[in-house]
Amino acid sequence: MSDPHARGTVDAAEIRNFEAMADDWWDPAGRMAPLHRLNPTRLAYLKREICRAFGRDVDDSLALAGLRILDIGCGGGLVTLPLARLGADMVGVDAGAANIAAARAQAERMGVTADWRADTAEALAAAHETFDVVVAMEIVEHVADLPLFLREIAKMVRPGGLLVLATLNRTLKSFALAIVGAEYVLRWLPPGTHTWSKFVTPKELNRAVEATGLAVLDACGMVFDPLAGTWSLKAGDLDVNYLMVAERPAAA
Amino acid sequence: MTDHYDVVVAGGGYVGASLALALKRADPRLTVAVVDPTPPGGGADTRASAIAAAARRLLERLGVWAEIAPHAQPIVDMIVTDSRLGDAVRPVFLTFDGTLDTGEPFAHMVPNGVMVAALLAAAGAAGVDLRLPERVVGFETCPAATTVRLGGGAVLTTGLLVAADGVRSRLRDLAGIRALRWDYGQSGIVATIGHERPHGGRAEEHFLPAGPFAVLPLADDAEGHHRSSLVWTERSDAADRLVAGDSFTFGLELERRFGRHLGPIAALTRPRAFPLGLTLARDFVRPRFALVGDAAHGIHPIAGQGLNIGFRDVAALAEVVVEARRLGLDPGGLDVLARYERWRRFDAVEMGIVTDVLNRLFSNDLGPIRVARDIGLGLVDRLGGLKRRFIREAAGIGGATPRLLRGEAI
Repeated sequence: MSDPHARGTVDAAEIRNFEAMADDWWDPAGRMAPLHRLNPTRLAYLKREICRAFGRDVDDSLALAGLRILDIGCGGGLVTLPLARLGADMVGVDAGAANIAAARAQAERMGVTADWRADTAEALAAAHETFDVVVAMEIVEHVADLPLFLREIAKMVRPGGLLVLATLNRTLKSFALAIVGAEYVLRWLPPGTHTWSKFVTPKELNRAVEATGLAVLDACGMVFDPLAGTWSLKAGDLDVNYLMVAERPAAA
Repeated sequence: MTDHYDVVVAGGGYVGASLALALKRADPRLTVAVVDPTPPGGGADTRASAIAAAARRLLERLGVWAEIAPHAQPIVDMIVTDSRLGDAVRPVFLTFDGTLDTGEPFAHMVPNGVMVAALLAAAGAAGVDLRLPERVVGFETCPAATTVRLGGGAVLTTGLLVAADGVRSRLRDLAGIRALRWDYGQSGIVATIGHERPHGGRAEEHFLPAGPFAVLPLADDAEGHHRSSLVWTERSDAADRLVAGDSFTFGLELERRFGRHLGPIAALTRPRAFPLGLTLARDFVRPRFALVGDAAHGIHPIAGQGLNIGFRDVAALAEVVVEARRLGLDPGGLDVLARYERWRRFDAVEMGIVTDVLNRLFSNDLGPIRVARDIGLGLVDRLGGLKRRFIREAAGIGGATPRLLRGEAI
C-alpha cells in the first residue's frame, strides 16, 4: 500500500516541475522569445483563414466556438491555448511527454480547457479522429517523410475542413536568416535546430498537399522587421517563413 | 468567493472611465471593473479641459459626445502674446484660426465634471462594474492572475490591473515603478471666471514673466452668464498667497493681467493652486500591470496636452488589449503590454520635453530670450504649412494614431 500523503508530495513536486517548464515556454523574454514574437502573426493568419472558411466574424473574441481543432507538435501550447480561448474545442498533441505536461500545467493555471495527448499525429489518425481544422506550425521542416506525414494528417481533416501549415522555404535567404542569423548570430535558437536541406519550397509543399486530395487555398509570407522587432504577414513574400492553407472539398 | 475581472481599472477619472468604456464597447464579453474612492456622483472637480479634435473623436466614438456637447465651448480663435505685465499694448505674435482642414474646431472647452459623469454613466450602462467608493489597498501578481485587495475587505482577481490614479499614483509606488520628477516651483491657479461681454469662442494665452496665463472660453451657464476658464501660472509661494488671500486682491491682480476687454471680470469659483511639475514613470508596464494618463506621465499644462495625451494612452491600450483578446492572447502578458509601452512612451517623453522647454523658455524676462522666442513665434505665424502642423499636433492628429482617435472603432 502506498502512503497517499507521500504520493501527494510527489505529485506536488512534479507539478512544480511542470510549472517551471511552463514558465520556460511562456516567458516572452526567455528561451522561446522568437516564437512569442512570431505568435501574434501566425495566430492572426490562422484566425483569418478559419473565419473565412467557416463564415465567422474575425473580430469576435469567441469566433472559433464549436470548431474541433488539432494542433500537431503543440509544444508548450503557444498556439493551442489562444485557439482554445477563442472558443475552439482543442486537442494538443506532442510526442514529447514533458511538453504536454508543461502545456497542461499552463492551461490549468490559466483556466483554459484543452485535450492534451502525449502521442504522435499518426496515432490519432490511426484512431480515426477527425477535425474541422488541423494545424501544424513549424513542423513539416522537421519530419522525415513529408508526403507520408501529410497523407496521415490530411486524413483527419473533415470535408469542408482546413489544413494549415507554417514552415520555412529552402532559399539562400532562408539559409542566411533562419540558420546563420537566428541560430548562429542572434542565438535565438540553439545551433542545429534546423537542417536547411529539409526546408520545403512552397511549390513542393503545394504538390505534396494536393496529392493528399486537399485543395490549396492560399499561401502567405511572414516577414520580420528587425528595427520594430515585429513580424507581419506579407502575401507575396514566401522567401523565408510562410503559411499555407488547404481545404478538403465538402462531400458532393 | 472572489470576483474575477479580465481588467480592473484603478481610478474613475476621465482616463480610467474612458478606458473601461472603450474596452467594453470594443469587446462586450470583457469583464471590466472600475475602482475609485470617490463616491458616485461625488467629486467637486470644477476645472475645465481643452479637448483636442482627436480626443473629441474618441468621445464621439464611445457614444458620450452628444451628452457633453451642450456644455462644450468650441475654440474658434486663439491668440498668443508675449508680454511684460506692465505693457500697455501686447504685441500679438501668433493667431490661430481654430479650425482644421476638415472644418471642425481644433479644440473644445469641456467642464471635467460633465465629461467624467457622462463617461462613468455610459460605462455603467455598458456593463462595466463601478465599484465606488472603493480603494485599492494592495495587490500581488502571480503568473496566472493578479489578486487585488480593496479597502472594504473585498478581494478581486484580474488578468490586468490598470493604474489610472493620477500623477501621485499609489499603485505605481506599490508596483515598485520609480518616477522621475522635476518641480518647477510654479503653481497653476485655476478658477472659473465670469465676464460681462461674450468671449466669442476666443482663447487667449499670454506668456507673462511668471509663466503662461491662459483664459479659455467656456459655454455660458444656465442663466446665460458669460464664463471662461482661467489657468494662471505663478511662483508657488505667490500662487499660495493669491488663492489664500481676499477676493478683492485676487480680482485686482487678475484684472491687471487680463485687462478689461471683456468688461468687468470676477472669479465664480474659489481659486485653487496646483503645483506644477514634470513626472515621468521609468516604466509604463509590468506583468499584468499598466500605467495610463498622469500616473505614467504628468506634464506641465502649458500646451494643454496632459488630458489629450491621457486619451492617447487610453486609445492605444484599449486597442492593444482588444487585439490581443481577438487573437486569444493573454492581454496581461508582458509581450502584449510592451507593445503599448513602445507605442506610448516616445510620445509622452517627447511631449514632456517640448512642454518643459516651452515653459523654461517662456517663464523668464531676459531680453535676448524674449527676442528669440518672439521671432520664433512670429515665424510660426508666417509659415502657413508649419502652423497647420502645429495646429494638427495640438489637435492630436499625426503620428501612428490609435484607431479611436481617428474616430474609428477598434
